[in-house]
Amino acid sequence: MALGVKPVKTLTGSIAFLAIAFLVMAPVAVLLARVENSAGIGPAGWAAVRFTVMQAGLSALISIALAVPVARALARRQFRGRALMLSLIGAPFILPALVAVFGLLAIWGRSGVVSQALAWLGLPVLDIYGLPGVLLAHVFFNLPLATRLLLQGWSAVPAEQFRLLAQLGATPRDTFHLIERPILRATLPGAFLVIFLFCIGSFAVVLALGGGPGATTVELAIYQALRFSFDLPAAAMLAMVQLALALGVTLVALVVARPAGFGAGALRVQQRWDDAPWARRLDAGLLVTLALFLGLPLLAVLGRGLTGAWPDGLAWALGRSVAVALSSTVLALALGLSLASLIDARRGPVGKGLETLTYLVLAASPFVIGTGLFIILNPYISPARMALPVTVLVNAALTVPIALRVFLPALARTRTRTARLADGLGIAGMARLRYVVWPEMRAEIGFFAGLAAALSMGDLGVITLFAPPDLETLPLLMSRLMGSYRMEQAATVGLVLVAGSFALFWAFDKGGAHGRNTRQA
Amino acid sequence: MAVTLDKLEIRQGAFALRGDVTFAPGQSTAIIGPSGGGKSTLLLALAGFIAPVAGRVLINGQDQQGRPPAKRPLTMIFQENNLFAHLSLFQNAALGLCPDLKLDAGQRAQVHAALDRVGLSGRAQDRPANLSGGQRQRVALARAMLRPRAVLLLDEPFSGLGPALRHEMLDLFEKLRAEQGASLLMVTHNPDDARRIAKSVAVVANGKVDPPRATAELFADPPAALRDYLGD
Repeated sequence: MALGVKPVKTLTGSIAFLAIAFLVMAPVAVLLARVENSAGIGPAGWAAVRFTVMQAGLSALISIALAVPVARALARRQFRGRALMLSLIGAPFILPALVAVFGLLAIWGRSGVVSQALAWLGLPVLDIYGLPGVLLAHVFFNLPLATRLLLQGWSAVPAEQFRLLAQLGATPRDTFHLIERPILRATLPGAFLVIFLFCIGSFAVVLALGGGPGATTVELAIYQALRFSFDLPAAAMLAMVQLALALGVTLVALVVARPAGFGAGALRVQQRWDDAPWARRLDAGLLVTLALFLGLPLLAVLGRGLTGAWPDGLAWALGRSVAVALSSTVLALALGLSLASLIDARRGPVGKGLETLTYLVLAASPFVIGTGLFIILNPYISPARMALPVTVLVNAALTVPIALRVFLPALARTRTRTARLADGLGIAGMARLRYVVWPEMRAEIGFFAGLAAALSMGDLGVITLFAPPDLETLPLLMSRLMGSYRMEQAATVGLVLVAGSFALFWAFDKGGAHGRNTRQA
Repeated sequence: MAVTLDKLEIRQGAFALRGDVTFAPGQSTAIIGPSGGGKSTLLLALAGFIAPVAGRVLINGQDQQGRPPAKRPLTMIFQENNLFAHLSLFQNAALGLCPDLKLDAGQRAQVHAALDRVGLSGRAQDRPANLSGGQRQRVALARAMLRPRAVLLLDEPFSGLGPALRHEMLDLFEKLRAEQGASLLMVTHNPDDARRIAKSVAVVANGKVDPPRATAELFADPPAALRDYLGD
């Protein structure tokens, strides 16, 4: 055994787990105490619950319904630019929500490209504010995610099975029954729940495109209770409702499907023989449509950003955003690696239990935690002064589930590939970290650090609860500019923001993969 | 039916394989050679999964060029993944009769009879996950019997099995092949497999398919490529 490693893992892992648990439980406890003084959430609260569930359900349904034919097309077609297409599908995950909204408005908004074309034809222009806009943005984010999840299922089908069906003379219909339906049955419920969970906690999109009596989510209602009416009991009550929703969905998701590994699987092409000319045309049409749907808003952000106007305070906001992103990345890496090592070292029921508990604890959305922290801090210190530290902390904690999904498969692989050998040779301590763990895990560490940095940089969540009017990060600045319809300046901020997020992701991801040549062994 | 490679040339990336040979009808032929030598690639090309860059595949004198896999008079059993995990053994075997699994009473009886022949009677409703490696290949054989074709292609289907079980499976395959009067081409890396059922053996090495030679004669006086592979 690797003496000296296990106690360290146990110590750091336990500290990480307790820190996360405390960060979530303390706010929740405070919220619970506050709830007693509250008189229910009222009709407006119930309307918010209904809208939250409805938009999340519709978003998830539309995303996975569209993802099925798209994923099939990507799974069976080899074409020039396929690698680029796969990158485009990965992009929305680290795209700051507000930037996406800006790009979508440039295409689908009242003065967007589509509306201009309609007006030219003498037709009424589009108005996407409210439910349509929220759905559009959620599909923009989650159609790619669902496509990726399904594509992983398709790519896992052994090549022999398609050959076998070709030999048996199976029709496309037979192929659907024998291969595709089982894949869908295995992947769709999990994909639906992941997207549903994302959509009940997607604050920035609803802040930008929703609002009003007909399109307010629970999180938006919390924001309004804290920032506008300063009604702490109402905010506490709503936060508990949000927590219950998220916990319920997470529980179902954990029962239905264990979280899938997260990372760069080999999304290879499946050669098939049940092809027809119409199927080829259908797939080409689907893929071109998807490329336009995802690519045009990004191009609009680029185009308008380059010709936009430079607002005051952009440099400071950029500096602050990068500082927040890097601090929260360091913290996220420390928490994620410690906890993943502990779970991996305690395999079996204890490890599984810890993993499940972590997912459940972190089902609390940043808003729930933020509301509780606000109530805790408010009597002692102005929440405005704690805006950045709280943002760093919450952003880091909330990327831990992603960390587990990236690191646990990597640790398991390291264990089977080199850990026994290292044990046998007695390599322990720093030498083991340097020569065994780091070379094996650097690609995953870089990948996760990139995700954590980009997500934290683009996040517009808990910071909105705390930030005073004069404190600006890039997402806050952009949100305020968009709120006052200074779109040219917002465009520049958006471009800087997306460039910064992608640059951070790229730098970490490349840094991790650099010099490593056994990425997919 | 005789299988002929007429100046056949197959390419996969930088790898190339050439062959201009005929495999005799109505008997078992082993294809032997080093790993990566192109044995499996050859079978994939015969079955129509890889298009040759030059030359033709003839089966009983008929050019197979451009024929989709289902229209070729052959059945291939792969090294693994021959079964669908979510289907029962009965359903997996029945795919050989019709891939939409809509069977009449006569066909159902046929499937049960085939499962009996491969020694799996009574397990029709089991799932592949509950079977050993040898049992899984028996199901694939049952399916191949339900879809009688003139040529049977085997891509090392017994490579994971122990010696006794492998011999048993080889004998079973050879017996059923003889009953159907089919030709059998079997990729193997094991000379014992070839000695047990194959009348002739073709060496595939260095990008070339050698003409088959009588088994005993070949092993008594192996060519250089086979000697290097066998190592003695």
